[in-house]
Amino acid sequence: MSNNLRINKNNFIDQTVRISFKFNGKKLFGYKGDTLASALLANNIHLVGRSFKYHRPRGIMTCGSEEPNAIVQIGKDPALTDPNVRATEIELYEGLEAFSQNCWPSVNFDIGGINNFLSPLLPAGFYYKTFMWPASFWEKYEFFIRHSAGLGKSPTKPDQDLYDHQYVHCDVLVIGGGISGILSAKLSAEKGLNTILIDDKSYLGGSTIYQDDDIFKINNETSNVWLKNQIEKLKKIPNLTIKNRTSVAAFHGYNYLLARENLTDHLGAHERKGKIRQRLLKIRAKKVVIATGAIERPLIFSNNDRPGIILSSSIKKYIDYYGVKTGENISLFTNNDSAYETAISLNKSGVKVKVIIDIRENPSSILSEKIEKAGIKILRGHTITNTDGYKRIKSIDVMKLSKDGENVVGNKTTYKCDCLGISGGWTPMVHLFTQSGGKLKFRKNDNVFIPDENKTPSEQISVGSSNGDFELDDVINNTVKNIKIFLGLDKNDYENLDIKCSKEKQKRNIWLLPSDKPISKSKPFLDFQNDSTAKDVKLALREGFKSIEHVKRYTTTGMGTDQGKLSNMHALGIIADTTGTNMGELGTTTFRPPYTPLTFGAIVGRNVGKFFDHTRRTAIHDWHVENKAEFENVGQWKRPWYFPKNGETMYQAVQRESKAARESAGILDASTLGKIDIQGEDASEFLNRVYTNAWSKLSIGKCRYGLMLNEDGMVYDDGVTTRLGENHYIMTTTTGGAANVLSKLEDYLQTEWPELNVYLTTVTDQYSTMSICGPNSKKIIKKIIPSLDLSDESFPHMSFKNSKIDNVNCRIMRISFTGEQSYEINVQSNYAKDVWERCIEAGKEFNITPYGTETMHLLRAEKGFIITGQDTDGTLTPSDLQMDWIIGKKKYDFIGKRSLYRSDTIREDRKQLVGLLTDDPKEVLEEGAQLIDSLEKPIDMLGHVTSSYFSPNLNKSIALAVVRSGKKLKGKKLIVPMENKNINVTITDTVFYDKENKRLNA
Amino acid sequence: MFIINCPYCGERDQTEFSCGGEAHIERPKQPTELSDDQWAEYLFMRKNIKGIQFERWNHIHGCRKWFNVVRDTSNDKIHAVYKIGERPPIK
Repeated sequence: MSNNLRINKNNFIDQTVRISFKFNGKKLFGYKGDTLASALLANNIHLVGRSFKYHRPRGIMTCGSEEPNAIVQIGKDPALTDPNVRATEIELYEGLEAFSQNCWPSVNFDIGGINNFLSPLLPAGFYYKTFMWPASFWEKYEFFIRHSAGLGKSPTKPDQDLYDHQYVHCDVLVIGGGISGILSAKLSAEKGLNTILIDDKSYLGGSTIYQDDDIFKINNETSNVWLKNQIEKLKKIPNLTIKNRTSVAAFHGYNYLLARENLTDHLGAHERKGKIRQRLLKIRAKKVVIATGAIERPLIFSNNDRPGIILSSSIKKYIDYYGVKTGENISLFTNNDSAYETAISLNKSGVKVKVIIDIRENPSSILSEKIEKAGIKILRGHTITNTDGYKRIKSIDVMKLSKDGENVVGNKTTYKCDCLGISGGWTPMVHLFTQSGGKLKFRKNDNVFIPDENKTPSEQISVGSSNGDFELDDVINNTVKNIKIFLGLDKNDYENLDIKCSKEKQKRNIWLLPSDKPISKSKPFLDFQNDSTAKDVKLALREGFKSIEHVKRYTTTGMGTDQGKLSNMHALGIIADTTGTNMGELGTTTFRPPYTPLTFGAIVGRNVGKFFDHTRRTAIHDWHVENKAEFENVGQWKRPWYFPKNGETMYQAVQRESKAARESAGILDASTLGKIDIQGEDASEFLNRVYTNAWSKLSIGKCRYGLMLNEDGMVYDDGVTTRLGENHYIMTTTTGGAANVLSKLEDYLQTEWPELNVYLTTVTDQYSTMSICGPNSKKIIKKIIPSLDLSDESFPHMSFKNSKIDNVNCRIMRISFTGEQSYEINVQSNYAKDVWERCIEAGKEFNITPYGTETMHLLRAEKGFIITGQDTDGTLTPSDLQMDWIIGKKKYDFIGKRSLYRSDTIREDRKQLVGLLTDDPKEVLEEGAQLIDSLEKPIDMLGHVTSSYFSPNLNKSIALAVVRSGKKLKGKKLIVPMENKNINVTITDTVFYDKENKRLNA
Repeated sequence: MFIINCPYCGERDQTEFSCGGEAHIERPKQPTELSDDQWAEYLFMRKNIKGIQFERWNHIHGCRKWFNVVRDTSNDKIHAVYKIGERPPIK
């Protein structure tokens, strides 16, 4: 098939550059400047897809982002294909491959089309109503429903394209490059303001740029010529940035906007290689001008969805801009003057317009006179009652409207046509205005919602047709007048323009046009993408839905990827008419970002893969990698999990590591623990207030374990704090809690206790920590630092010494999280790997064994030490943890103290931490498993397992759990019910190993 | 997405800040002398106003200072910012 529908005219298409592409496997060609839609139409292809629910044939209906039907899948490779692309927006490039969506086996023969014949059985809410019972069948229904619903197919592999984010700042952001946007941008930039002009098309000028009829003149030039000159001048202003192919997706508060800039989507595969596909602009503008224009409305009549039925302004654009005839025999159907402009354009290009059906009684204007002079028939006060043609419109039935517009009268006439232009008036694009928090007002005269200038939330203004000005003179004059005030401008070039244009005299609007058939036998489509009809809206109202938001969700009107750009106003109008409400009172549904769909790629930008989040590694990380550690993510940290040897499983490695740590020596990289340096004359008092236990009497050189609560009395964090000097402490926190603990402490210091002279500094990254534990740990430290007195008298458990390894200062704390004698060496991080290697070297003769977090967890569980966040979950008090000993009873106050004797926290039936032993010592419980005391129904859940391991040192399974009234239940038998067995357990003490703490000094 | 005028650093994007809830709720000086109900009032009860609200904010990804903000929750307009310990500049 050739481009026989292409006319040779001074249009915007470069007919010297042919571009070949494929649609549904068929090779076609278009020209440079085409969209996929214009190229398809030039090839006489209207049928591009099937509708969502009834699988009716659907064609290209518009020429822009509001397109509901012509949504295609781009790219053949299922791994990288791009679904739900609007054919009206994608620019044609060499090698483009597009496919119809939502049809099988093909768009010409679609099995789902049977739904169309079943449509009387598929009203709004059909799926809700039918598939509710029996509930257990839903899984079976769902498979089929999901299979037959949905639009395009998702790609199966990660996106290979590059995306970018950019922060942008400007004085004035102008959204929309139509005539009002051009004027606004020019006025702003000429004043010296740093201005950005954004438009979603590849060119500037909106619909005026192809308005070449001499009815529309500015200073004696046709409007398109005049505007073209303005654009040329505009492009030369230095402080103006023009961003084409860029669509504003969201307008947030404080003039913060998100826009998607398409950089390579219009290029062929070889040209886009290595380049950024799309860029998300994060714009902060001092002032915003919304000049987003208006979208033409369809008309709602029976079978108004056939391929070949196109918005009349789109037909005009296809002929004037793309030089494409959308048919050879076109009729137009309208309630306003716009269709006459289309008729003039078609007539000029030699396309036959058979008839214009206008629902108005007396639509006379300069335009209509010109039309009648050209011999085109106008049927005034008429309507279309039905259309015919399955895969392409073939004919229309026309009847006269009654005076009140509620019925049709007289005889039916049938006109043959292969294309029907429809125009139901215009809807200002107020989406961005309302997204920013602006409120709309209703203009009854022509049934439009326009921005209420008194309810504008930020420094912004709406101009042009997005502000409800539809005639050329109003657009220009009001834009110039309002921008002048908005930007504080003096006199300018645009004040005394000589503008000639047609003026619309009569308006008439009927939301749902009458037919000679009862509505039950007609199909007046409202939302073309979601296949909802005026009937569905009426059904929803009959079933009791009143709010527009409910009707929308029940009928799915306006819930497609086009967000109801074409359908919302009609849905509102029909609701208002049916319920006898004023549309202004009814209000609109909420417009939410994005204005047009965004790719996930643009949203995430470069934050994918390893850039998704920060990765923190300790200074010793490389050693762990060299020694084949498996790593565990702890927050952003990578921590060694275990060090498998010779193909060991995790279980085997952990058993070996745990035994070695108790029998001889183990070494752990504990650098990730949070470290906060605390200084100031009130440091001791500060610790008294943030920890539950007393700190004033801790002498210099000693360490103490502390428990930190929230003000509600629940355990928040724990760790050992060491007194380094009179007014100097170092606090350790849990790895995951470090940042939050610092913030919490800062909060109290700044807001509650500003009288305390205390300074907090995080030193987590500056110091690295290695912990050597086990009966031979002392010997290893002795080898590294022979001069250090390690005797229990001089260096007892819970104390600290400054020392040196060669010339490197280090702090050594004798503290233990394993229950073994244990030393923690803290050094400046840049020496850490070297010191670690020395420890390993010195420990060789004692089989020093590096261990990871898993072994650490096992060893501390043997001792019954808690891990906050694993054994606690923000609902446990110290008493619940059987740690009453750590509450400073004599202390007047500390964070959370008062909450410890609230009526709720002193309940005896709270969940409390206990130990568990399985009757079968080999049976290891699952963490998270539930605990019950009887299998008799109803089953009472008593608690759950928080930690569970097989202890190689005790040669049996051990676990910690929280159990209701657990403290009183020692010795009680409970049951852990699992999927295929019940495990018998006994409640025990939380300490399983070395209850007398003999090993700390062994 | 607001712009917040940190009293220490000047105007910055909202993403640099974190909100700490209602302002001017002073921690009782003598918690032990409060009844359960009085303590619960301090601990749990917060206003959630549509309109002018006094809030605590922290410039967490900046100077890390806490300060107060007077914000209209219905339109996110910030009417004032002031330091901790200062009296609200508006009522």
